[in-house]
Amino acid sequence: MSLEVRMVKITIDGKYYEVKPEKNLLESCLSIGIDIPHFCFHPALGSVGACRLCAVKKFRDIDDTKGRIVMSCMEPVTEGLIVSVDDPEAKAFRASVIESLMTNHPHDCPVCDEGGECHLQDMTVMTGHNYRRFDFPKRTYNNQELGPFISHEMNRCIQCYRCVRFYRDYAGGKDLNVYASRNHVYFGRHEDGPLENEYSGNLVEVCPTGVFTDKTLKRHFTRKWDLSNAPSVCVHCSVGCNTIASERYDSLRRIMSRYNGAVNRYFICDRGRFGYEFVNDEKRIETAQISPGKNKKPEPIENEQLLSSLHQLFSRNKKIIGIGSPRASLESNFALMSLVGKESFYHGISKKEYLLTKTVSDFLQNSGVHTPSLKQIEKADAILVLGEDLINTAPMIALALRQAARNEPDKEAKGKGIPLWNDASVRELAQDSRCPIFIATPFNDSLDEISKNIFHASSAEIANLGYAIALELDKKVPGVKTWGKDIQKLAGIIALSLKNAKNPLIISGVSSGVEGIIHSALNISMALLSVGSNVMLSLVLPECNSMGLSFLPGKSFEEAVLAAEDKEIDTLVVLENDLYRRASEESVNELFDRSNHVVVLDHLINKTTQKADILLPAATFAESEGTIVNNEGRAQRFYKAIYSKNQVKESWRWIENFLKISDENNSVSWNRLDDVVDSLVNELPLFSKLKKYMPDADFRMLNSKIPRQTMRYSGRTAMNANITVSEPKLSQDLDSPLSFSMEGQQENPPSSLVPFYWTPGWNSVQAMYNYLDEPDASMKGGDPGVRLIEPSGGSKNIYFNQAKGITEVQKDEWLIVPVYKIFGSDELSSVSSSILQRIQEPFVLMNQKDADMITLNDGDYVQLEILKISLRVKVKIENSFVTGLTGLSVNLPGMPFIDIPGFGKFHKL
Amino acid sequence: MISILRSMWLTFLHVFHKTETVEYPEVKPYLPPRYRGRIILTRDAEKKERCVACYLCAAACPVDCISLQATEDEQGRRYPEFFRINFSRCIFCGFCEEACPTYAIQLIPDFEMAEYDRQNMVYEKKHLLISGEGKYTGYNFYKIAGVEIGVKGKGEGENEEKPVDIKELLP
Ligand code: SF4
Ligand code: SF4
Ligand code: SF4
Ligand code: SF4
Ligand code: FES
Repeated sequence: MSLEVRMVKITIDGKYYEVKPEKNLLESCLSIGIDIPHFCFHPALGSVGACRLCAVKKFRDIDDTKGRIVMSCMEPVTEGLIVSVDDPEAKAFRASVIESLMTNHPHDCPVCDEGGECHLQDMTVMTGHNYRRFDFPKRTYNNQELGPFISHEMNRCIQCYRCVRFYRDYAGGKDLNVYASRNHVYFGRHEDGPLENEYSGNLVEVCPTGVFTDKTLKRHFTRKWDLSNAPSVCVHCSVGCNTIASERYDSLRRIMSRYNGAVNRYFICDRGRFGYEFVNDEKRIETAQISPGKNKKPEPIENEQLLSSLHQLFSRNKKIIGIGSPRASLESNFALMSLVGKESFYHGISKKEYLLTKTVSDFLQNSGVHTPSLKQIEKADAILVLGEDLINTAPMIALALRQAARNEPDKEAKGKGIPLWNDASVRELAQDSRCPIFIATPFNDSLDEISKNIFHASSAEIANLGYAIALELDKKVPGVKTWGKDIQKLAGIIALSLKNAKNPLIISGVSSGVEGIIHSALNISMALLSVGSNVMLSLVLPECNSMGLSFLPGKSFEEAVLAAEDKEIDTLVVLENDLYRRASEESVNELFDRSNHVVVLDHLINKTTQKADILLPAATFAESEGTIVNNEGRAQRFYKAIYSKNQVKESWRWIENFLKISDENNSVSWNRLDDVVDSLVNELPLFSKLKKYMPDADFRMLNSKIPRQTMRYSGRTAMNANITVSEPKLSQDLDSPLSFSMEGQQENPPSSLVPFYWTPGWNSVQAMYNYLDEPDASMKGGDPGVRLIEPSGGSKNIYFNQAKGITEVQKDEWLIVPVYKIFGSDELSSVSSSILQRIQEPFVLMNQKDADMITLNDGDYVQLEILKISLRVKVKIENSFVTGLTGLSVNLPGMPFIDIPGFGKFHKL
Repeated sequence: MISILRSMWLTFLHVFHKTETVEYPEVKPYLPPRYRGRIILTRDAEKKERCVACYLCAAACPVDCISLQATEDEQGRRYPEFFRINFSRCIFCGFCEEACPTYAIQLIPDFEMAEYDRQNMVYEKKHLLISGEGKYTGYNFYKIAGVEIGVKGKGEGENEEKPVDIKELLP
């Protein structure tokens, strides 16, 4: 897709440069490597010219010697443009802007969490302002309590408006705004209370000062220069946003977003940013434990003893069964598969989830339909969302949709000659015009406001709408019209819109648990492909490595139970998986009862680990290297931030021990991650790209490893001195080309190995620009990660038959559909103490009419009877539900596994 | 011959000079207040810990021998949870004192720190923190900073206006 872009020639301080025409001058300078101080410009938010810091001098022509001062962020680059950044007047102007901002800035740096990575500090140094001449009193503000994620210290504000531009304009938040006037403007909420938007954590990075800072970091505050960092990947949903995980004193201190031009770029959602606290939780399993008898409390055990106990369990001719996990890395799952053999490897997910995931994965591999990256989602110009509550199941896809909505107005702006970076003007022009987005979900969510048509109905009706659209697009699609006129009409509108679009996008996912929805979404994309459309299909999966797991052979959890019924299991190995979240209590108990020995590897104590005879401490994403595959099929590797000193080990390392015992010929010897990857590639050629695109552990830059620590890393000779005054040997990382040290090559490592952003003069996150080709583009040397599936040429015309309609609802029964929550439905992040404060108690959603029928009010409690489970839940009124349909929260703490959609009854309490 | 006599004469004259040798340890030498010896952590006039756990001394230290962890009390006042100096590494350069924005860390004219066991050269906060202000008196960082931490409310610090009333409509 390398279209030759016509470049324009400009002159900066007497030197010629060729730059891209559709950029502004500031962006162009930053991408050439000329530092111009700035505050309010942000590559994702565009320019508004609010801070006046980016002043440069512009000259009319060569003969013009006086020139005039302009704001570089508001200056389009045009052929022959002559500017000066170093001009004394421009420099003095910039220094005076900082000086006037500083008249009110508090004397806070030592106690300010931004200090050391503060854009304002950087800019102050860059402009050269150093002494306060202003003697009059400073303005002060009162702060607000903004919930468990974000601290607020308004005195530090410099009125750049980035926060509201991100929160309101970019992320669609409602509860942060600017108040008051003149030099009193105030950025906050109308009253104290948690910031409601799902992306509020990004304010920490967007705000150039210490007004909004990370409250979870504050509890164990560490300066940026003292953190030991590793490139990581978010493990809390299937989108796979890139993150930076940071450690100090053996605990994980924070998660920041890491740039990946194809995935999340500058931002991540709050689940990803604040979910990390589970790593430091006191429920962590840190020692190997063995239980002295069935259902007895396990006791810690030393390594030698452990090995001998393991010997009994894994010697040959035993029936061993392995249960993998969609939240464990590819390598760990593969190791388990090698141990037990393909026939005895189970994916450890419910049958329903297994089948749906398999359908999705097979389709994406074979159909020839393209699955887009987040960046491509932002470029879609007609979008259909079928049955997926994106904000809660794949938050960053929802954020990408908000940007895609602007494609239509962007086209208009281009037509009128307004450059797209001119944010305020483009938004003014756009008003409410949007590219067509159609959302069909059972109930209302905040994306509805950007959609053209909304369709709230039961899953069966949503599937019908899908089939109707497919039929509308291609008459060959199998299907019988069983739907009403409304659906037919809507299907016509949507089909037309998709057909006319240049980049139509279909989004669906497995969270609804309804085959018909997935099938109809696949049919639509197939139909579009067959009419030659450039269709994209994005399917949301339940967990961070669901896609990767689906590439491995294996069966569902229910089949493991069947196998156990068949013949008693000698040893059952459960890999990083709480089975009680996957299937009914009875069936999980049955599996455990029919297994003589249960070995569980996991991070945190849960119901499954309590059943273990041998419990082994498995490393989390923060303590291990591993590869996970996101819903796009992009394999990405995370690296360890913490070197674990106790018994905690990567799951595949534990399993390698078992393998050594069971396999007497010693055919397997995995010393490091690369060895596992080699075996994986040998076994399954689908993964061969992993070898090609991911630097292995021997990778070196200028003969040295890439340091995890900054050059300013402090306390090296004192932090362990309380234990022993002689400094210990540096921890060695066998598995990666990163080192636990500050020595080595800091400059421009390969994009997948960037542990932190820093370049001289740029201590804040804005240092990131120097790692990119240009702001907002790819990282230097290409974006990290490798797509394992690419559309394979010709389409195969796979169409699915229409599913049968759901059986009629019985009297007194309600059809109950799942309702996911960004905070609570994910297992690991729910343990995080900050997120815990945002998790609601289990609830049902129903409309007012239904509630009236059984005389319920908002906030009442009901006893829900479903599939032999009885559960006390809170009633919430949500009028977008059609009558007879209710929603039940999924997997919130304290809830058992419930197989929904299904039918249930309510009793008022 | 002459030169030998001359030397003897000069040596003899020294009998009448003031002695240079100090009878240490019986006699302690005078050290100026700004002598860079043992490091202390000081308190402000209100007897509160001055250190705000900003990590600047640790960053400035060329041998990386300072390590600490910040924490906060109920009022949000920041202080070090632990503060450790490994004196077996310290080169008494004084950079830490220079970097400190609160006058908390100070080098004092005491050099008698020899130990038989190197481990005893590791000083924790309880060894470092004194109850006085040290060399620099009067300064209280929190009175000047913009944060509100119990020492003062918003707008009550030195040279501060009352907090802005954001509901006010006056131009
Ligand atoms: S925002 Fe930056 S300049 Fe202001 S107090 Fe914090 S660290 Fe210092
Ligand atoms: S709060 Fe931060 S982002 Fe918002 S205007 Fe102030 S300095 Fe800018
Ligand atoms: S005097 Fe120098 S070497 Fe000693 S702690 Fe301070 S900065 Fe470090
Ligand atoms: S520089 Fe001063 S205030 Fe900051 S941590 Fe060191 S002793 Fe404490
Ligand atoms: S960056 Fe140009 S005016 Fe703020």
